[in-house]
Amino acid sequence: MKFGILVNEGPYQHQASDSAYLFVKAALEKGHEVTRVFFYHDGVYNGTSYSVPPLDDRQITKQWSELAKEYDVDLVLCVAACQRRGMMDDGEAERHGKGANNVAEGFRISGLGQLIETGIQSDRLVTFGD
Amino acid sequence: MSILHTVNKSAYERNALDSCLGHTKPGDSVLLIEDGVISARAGSVAGDKLAAALGETGVSIYALGADMAARGIPEDKLVDGVKVVDYAGFVDLAAENDAVEAWL
Repeated sequence: MKFGILVNEGPYQHQASDSAYLFVKAALEKGHEVTRVFFYHDGVYNGTSYSVPPLDDRQITKQWSELAKEYDVDLVLCVAACQRRGMMDDGEAERHGKGANNVAEGFRISGLGQLIETGIQSDRLVTFGD
Repeated sequence: MSILHTVNKSAYERNALDSCLGHTKPGDSVLLIEDGVISARAGSVAGDKLAAALGETGVSIYALGADMAARGIPEDKLVDGVKVVDYAGFVDLAAENDAVEAWL
């Protein structure tokens, strides 16, 4: 079965990203397909490469990156949410005259259309938020 | 068509559980996750609502075991009829029902 996932909250502030990660991991381990994880609103903070949590804490961004690598999951950050929150890839940084790329490995920035597409292409859309 | 409803807030913090139970149809499932599991404690105001819903509305009610453990709620303190699932069980519920609705 194809699952699409929507994450509306940032890491460490709320349990949503932990719940979403554990759900996605369980689904993949059961042999389901996760078509895309779409990060919206503060959820885009899940994809910052500048996150350096204490070593004995959950490495949330790293966990997502590793999951994306192992299972080829498409992790998409909403572009409008990123622009408001200072999340930039190379293209965005150049376009806005900013100096850095802080999108972690396995994530990419794209538009809200990707969420709609996920809703259409998935059998189930599961939302995690506040 | 059956729906899996997820509730992630305590009934003492928000009215998501009431809203959810007001919209369920027979054959639906309700899964309590995160702080939502607090509502499943037997002998509580919210627990009594869940017990009534189990008896009257033909819905199944589940609670996520990991979130119960994180909040110190043992299985033997749950409302009778509430079933405990793990994340794999959450995935199964999402697959078995026709749609998933998060009561955020």
